[in-house]
Formats: sequence, C-alpha cells, structure tokens
Amino acid sequence: MTRINRRKFLVYGSTAVGTSILLKACGSSPETTADTAPAEGEATTVAAGGDTIKVGILHSLSGTMAISETTVVDAEELAIKEINEAGGVLGRQIEIVKEDGASDWDTFAEKAEKLIDQDQVSVVFGCWTSASRKKVLPVFEAKDHMLWYPVQYEGQECSKNIFYTGAAPNQQIEPAVDWLLENKGTDFFLVGSDYVFPRTANNIIKEQLKAKGGNTVGEDYLPLGNTEVTPIITKIKAALPNGGVIFNSLNGDSNVAFFKQLKGAGMGPDLYPVMSVSIAEEEVRTIGPDFLVGHYAAWNYFQTVESSANEKWVSDFKAEYGDDRVTNDPMEAAYIMVYLWKQAAEQAGSVDIAAVREAAYGQVFEAPGGTVTMNPNHHISKTVRIGEIREDGLFEIVSATDGPVDPLPWNQYVPDTKGYTCDWSDPAKGGKFKEA
Amino acid sequence: MLDGLINGIFNGISIGAVLLIVALGLAIVFGLMGVINLAHGELMMLGAYTTYVVQNGFKSLGDGLQDFYILLALPLSFVVAALVGLLLERSVIRLLYGRPLETLLATWGVSLILQQFVRSVSWSITVGILTVCLLLFGGRAILNKFANLGPRQKLANFVVLVLSAAIGITLGRALNGNSAMAKPWFSARNVDVTAPSWLQGSINVTDTLLFPAARIFIIVLTIICLVGTFWFLNKSAWGLRIRAVTQNRDMSACLGIPTKRVDALTFALGSGLAGIAGCAVTLLGSVGPNLGSNYIVDAFMVVVVGGVGKLIGSIVAALLIGIVTYIVGSGTLVLMLPAGETLQPLIDTATFFATTSMAKVLVFALIIAFLQLKPAGLFPQKGRSVEA
Repeated sequence: MTRINRRKFLVYGSTAVGTSILLKACGSSPETTADTAPAEGEATTVAAGGDTIKVGILHSLSGTMAISETTVVDAEELAIKEINEAGGVLGRQIEIVKEDGASDWDTFAEKAEKLIDQDQVSVVFGCWTSASRKKVLPVFEAKDHMLWYPVQYEGQECSKNIFYTGAAPNQQIEPAVDWLLENKGTDFFLVGSDYVFPRTANNIIKEQLKAKGGNTVGEDYLPLGNTEVTPIITKIKAALPNGGVIFNSLNGDSNVAFFKQLKGAGMGPDLYPVMSVSIAEEEVRTIGPDFLVGHYAAWNYFQTVESSANEKWVSDFKAEYGDDRVTNDPMEAAYIMVYLWKQAAEQAGSVDIAAVREAAYGQVFEAPGGTVTMNPNHHISKTVRIGEIREDGLFEIVSATDGPVDPLPWNQYVPDTKGYTCDWSDPAKGGKFKEA
Repeated sequence: MLDGLINGIFNGISIGAVLLIVALGLAIVFGLMGVINLAHGELMMLGAYTTYVVQNGFKSLGDGLQDFYILLALPLSFVVAALVGLLLERSVIRLLYGRPLETLLATWGVSLILQQFVRSVSWSITVGILTVCLLLFGGRAILNKFANLGPRQKLANFVVLVLSAAIGITLGRALNGNSAMAKPWFSARNVDVTAPSWLQGSINVTDTLLFPAARIFIIVLTIICLVGTFWFLNKSAWGLRIRAVTQNRDMSACLGIPTKRVDALTFALGSGLAGIAGCAVTLLGSVGPNLGSNYIVDAFMVVVVGGVGKLIGSIVAALLIGIVTYIVGSGTLVLMLPAGETLQPLIDTATFFATTSMAKVLVFALIIAFLQLKPAGLFPQKGRSVEA
C-alpha cells in the first residue's frame, strides 16, 4: 500500500483546490452573475441609501420545486422591469437580489436571513410551498421584516410580517365545493397528496359538506411521488358506482399518474368530474390536455380571463419570455404583489417596513384577473373562477363570482378556528382574535 | 363476486407487472453481477426521455403514424439505455467490481449527474462535452503513440486533461451567448408523453369488468421481456458464458471466457431492460428528471425479497408485492373478511391499513418480518457462493 507523504499531499491538495476554483469560475452561469449584488464595497454604499432600492426574490431555482417557482420568478421580474422602465419606486430604480431556496426548507430560512441582514433588502418576494413559508415565518417575525407570498394555500395563518396574495381557502376551495354541490352532485371522493395542504384542505371540505348536505364517501392520500393509483381508483369505483364528484388536491407527479390511469379505467368527466386545486395552465401542459379535457379547476385567475388588463399582461409576458409560455394563477398573484408593494411604498413615501405595512391596507390594483384590494388581514379580496379544461390546454371559464370575495384566513367551518378573524390595522386585535 | 375477484387478481398482477419490469434489469445487474446500481432508475429515465423524443418525432410525421410511436420507442429506449449502461460499465463500474460499497456511492453520484444532465442539457453543453472528449482522448492517443515520455507520461496526461477541459468549457460558455444554443432541450420541467390513443382507453369484458389497455400492454411487454431474458440466459451461447462467470469468475477466465466482455454485455443488457421499463412507465405516470428515484426503492425491494441471483425469485416477489399492495390498499381485504364479533379487531386493523400510505407501510413491515425469517430471500442461491 502506498502512503501519502507530504509532497504528494501538497500536489493532490493543490490540484483539488485549483480544479475547484476553476470549476467555480466557469460554473456560474451568466444569468446569476448579472442578478447578484455588485461587489462588496459598492453594496454597502447602496444599502446606506443610494439610488436603488433593493428587493429580495427568494424562490427555489433548483430542485423539485424549481419547475413551478421559476415561473413565479419570471412574473416578479417582469413586474419589476416594468416598474423600473416607468421610473422606479419613489424615483429610485429597483435592484433585485435573487436567492435560491433550492427546494430545501432550511435553505429558505438561511437565505431569508441573508437577504435581511447582509443585503438589507426592503422587502422579500418569495416561497411557494407551505413548508417553506412555515420555515421562514419565524425569521421574518423575529426581524420584523416583510415577506410577500404569492400562492394559494390552506389558510389558518395570519402573520404580521407576511402579505398573502394567493387565495385563502374561502377564495378557492369553498366556492369550488359550492359550485360542485350545485352543478355536479353531492357525493364527494377526496384524493390528495399526503402532506399538510391536502389534509387541511380536505378537513375543511368535509366540514363544509356536512354543513351543506353533501356526503364524503371516501378519501385517500398518495405519498408524494407515488405513481401507483390502482387501489385508489378501485376505491372510487366501489364508493361511487354510478358516478360522482372527485375532489383532487394531489400535487406534482402524482397528478399525471392519476389522470392517465383514471382515463385508462374508463372513468371520464361525464360521470366522474374531477375538481383540482393545484392544476393550472402550466401543469396541464405537462400532464397532456388529452387526459384532462372536461375536468375542472378552481382559481382566481385563468389565462382566458377576458379583460383589457389581462390581454395586455399576457402579450407583455409572451413578448418577454416567448410565445410558447402560458400565464397562470400563482404568476398573476406574484405580479400583483410587486405592484401592491410599490403602491404602498409610494403612499408611505418611504420603504420603511412599518410605514409600508400601514400604507398597504386598502391598496387597490387593477389586476389581470380583476380588481384586487389588500385587506387589514394581509390577504387580498379577489374574484373566484371555475374553469373547464379545453383541448388546447387552456380553461373555459364556466363560473365566476360577481365581484371580489373577501378573504377569511381563519376557517369558519373548522371548529377550532370558527369565529376568529385577523386585523393588523388595529394594534389591539392582531393576528387571531374573536369578535366580542 | 366473481367479477370482483377477477378484477382484484388483474389489478394485483398489473401492479406486479410494473414492479417486475422495473426490477428485471436490476435483477440482472444486482442479482447476477452483484453490482448495487443506484443509477438504475436514471437509466429508466433515459428510456422515458427517449420515448418523449420519439413521440415528438412521430408527431411531425403526421396523424396516421402518430399512434405507433411506441413500437419504435421501445427498441430505441433499449438501445439508448444499453449504450449509456455500457459507457457506465466501461468507465466506472469496471474499476469497482467486488467493492459493493464503492459501487453504491459511485452509481449514486452517476444518478445525480444523469438527473442534472437531462435538466440542463443544451446544444452548447453537448458541443462542450464532445470537444472535451475529442481533445482528451485524441490528445492522449497521439501522445501515447508518437511521444515516448516515459515517467513524465502521467504529467502529460494531466496537462492534456486540463487543457481540453479548459478549451471545452470556454467553448461551451462562448456558445451560451447564443440563445438557441443555450436553450435546454428538456429543462427541469416534466415533459408530456401522451400514450397512443389505442392505449388510453380500456377493454370491456362485461359491464363491470374492464381492463385498462395500458396495463394489459405492460403485462404483455413484461412477459415478452421475461421470456426474452430467460431464453438469452439459458439457451444462447452468451447466456451460458454469463452464467458461468456469475458462478465462478476465475475458473471461467481459465477456460477462455472473455470475462470483461461478458461483464460489459451483462451490464448493458440490464441497462437496456431499464430503458424498456422507462418507456413502459410513461404510459402510467409522469416523465421528468426525478422519474427514476420514484421507482428505484421498489426495484431493489423486489430483487431483495426475491433472492439475489434468481430471476424466478424476482417474478414471484413482484407478483406477491403487487397483489398484497392492491388487496390491502384498495380495502378488498376488509370485504373478504367475514363479518362477525370475533373478527372485528381484525377488520378494524384491515380498515386502518386500507389507505395507500398505510398499505405501503404494511408491505414494508411484512417485508422486514419476512427477511428476518429468510434473509436470503424467497429463492436463495444454492451451492457455492458467488463472488465474495
């Protein structure tokens, strides 16, 4: 056996170090170098109040969630680019500091601290999964900073330091259940991925069905990434032999398996309409519209919304990122939140966290999906829509609320939170209180 | 009642068939060669992406042919995965025979590389990699042929490596400036593979009894692969050599069997079968960079339960696991138990496990218990042990 002596160690060691430096230098793609902060010395002068305002973007740019989260980053960057072209915020240009959460929730928390302490950003736009949001929440609360979160979620949360521009359950799940009860039948089978969002959502649905005269005939959960859905399909058939409604909160890959095998089992949308809450335009493309035609989804925004604001947004987005791209609900929410923050900052006259928070309440924005208003409970009022999937992969809007629906972060069907509301504009009330 | 039973058996077999086709390649690579190949799932993924490319090729050909892309995709998936497997064996595995732990780590690394490769592969990366390979191997060949460097050869090789890497990376980066060259072929997104229309529906036997066409296709495909593999291993000359090397490598080498070529061939065969499995699972699930990691645990489970070294073990294990998963997970077990006071606790237990997540837990628990009783699996290799 050869022993590694000092000389050999030096040779190998320096080779290894040299190679890694070389790789590091070559490895970073031009995209990230353009977006990261300028050199150290420069950065400090800017942070001290120079001519740009720094904002943080914190999403997964790599890993499983990158597929979804990068589309949201695109929407945020488009909004910031538009604002900069129109003269910036308070006469200053916005500078993006982009960090990669890498689909790892602990990394999200670390990067949030880095954005706040080291980059001294004025606001952070970020997160997708509830798991990542739950991880960064303590960071933003401890440092009394500000996060804007663009994705529909399960509710039951109302932080002083987070603004939620996605739908609360009463702006997506509950109207979808009401619509199904009215139009598609009263027997529900609930299918979901096995983690926090589907389980919470299904608890809400079960309570709602109980209150409104529907039946939950069965429920089942698929471990994330599992693609064997034969047992679930058998159960659905046994529970709903003559057809009925399937409420689907599966996430990611399992959706593909579910819809492909549902069709294989001869269960079409005529007898077994499926209502999904995590399938938007982007997901339809990867599953294949063939398997989805005639099924439904509930969102606040579809690319097919007819309004001049939406037409302009879709064409701007395609001009920026390519004709083959689609827009969807989380992307619209991400686009909205950048503008809402900008309006709040301009009204406050500064980017100070507390001042912007105060000014945010009541901000109105003509969004592509209709007028939205920021409420004192940090959620936004927005229109709710049900869409039927068409052959071209887009949605035919079959139902829409007359106007914006006000958000209720604490769910009124779940006994634990019944009667609670949230109001941050009044210091005496706060995140979770019961009206006397 | 009869319908229910037939349906149950069919569904159990169809789950088992997916497990088996996924595990078949691994049964050869792990079972016969003893290589713990964690990149097996990624070889499947390459098969699935090949299917995607073939599908898109057929789409441009027009409507008539579009429904038959799968017939070309199957052999092509086999070839692509087998070639990558061959490359993998020649470059990495070959150096690690008889060192299972190192193989495990190395193939895991390979699996990560392959996953990232399909995410980011673009023309500029392809050109860069080809340049590096060409310069590296070309340069080394020229050096070795024309210059007699003696003791400095290692240094020269190192210099060639660094130079070609630098040139390749620079070229790749320069090409990145051109957006058409830098555009990823597949990107990190999942891609859409739509089954041919004749595989999307189902075949109705009676009103209540219907079999999904895709499942039947996979069962038939699994049987064909099994028969093919059996024939190859037991009837062909190369199969005889593979079995000989498996049983006693040194003696085989003494008798003039080219063991290195046998190793390469066996590994390529196992990889090719993984490619076919990848093509088959596109009919059921999603196609993305993570496809392989969804199946790799199941594949190892089948081979370990079946017993290393015997194909028959994998077959029985796959069918058993499939049927147990189905009757527990679908709640059929609850229906099969007669109602009554005495059996009530049993029925409650069965109901508790009648969800997909809990069925998986129960299956794993049963497997662990089984391996306590028979550590070598259902059909352990008898006689002299394979290589230590």
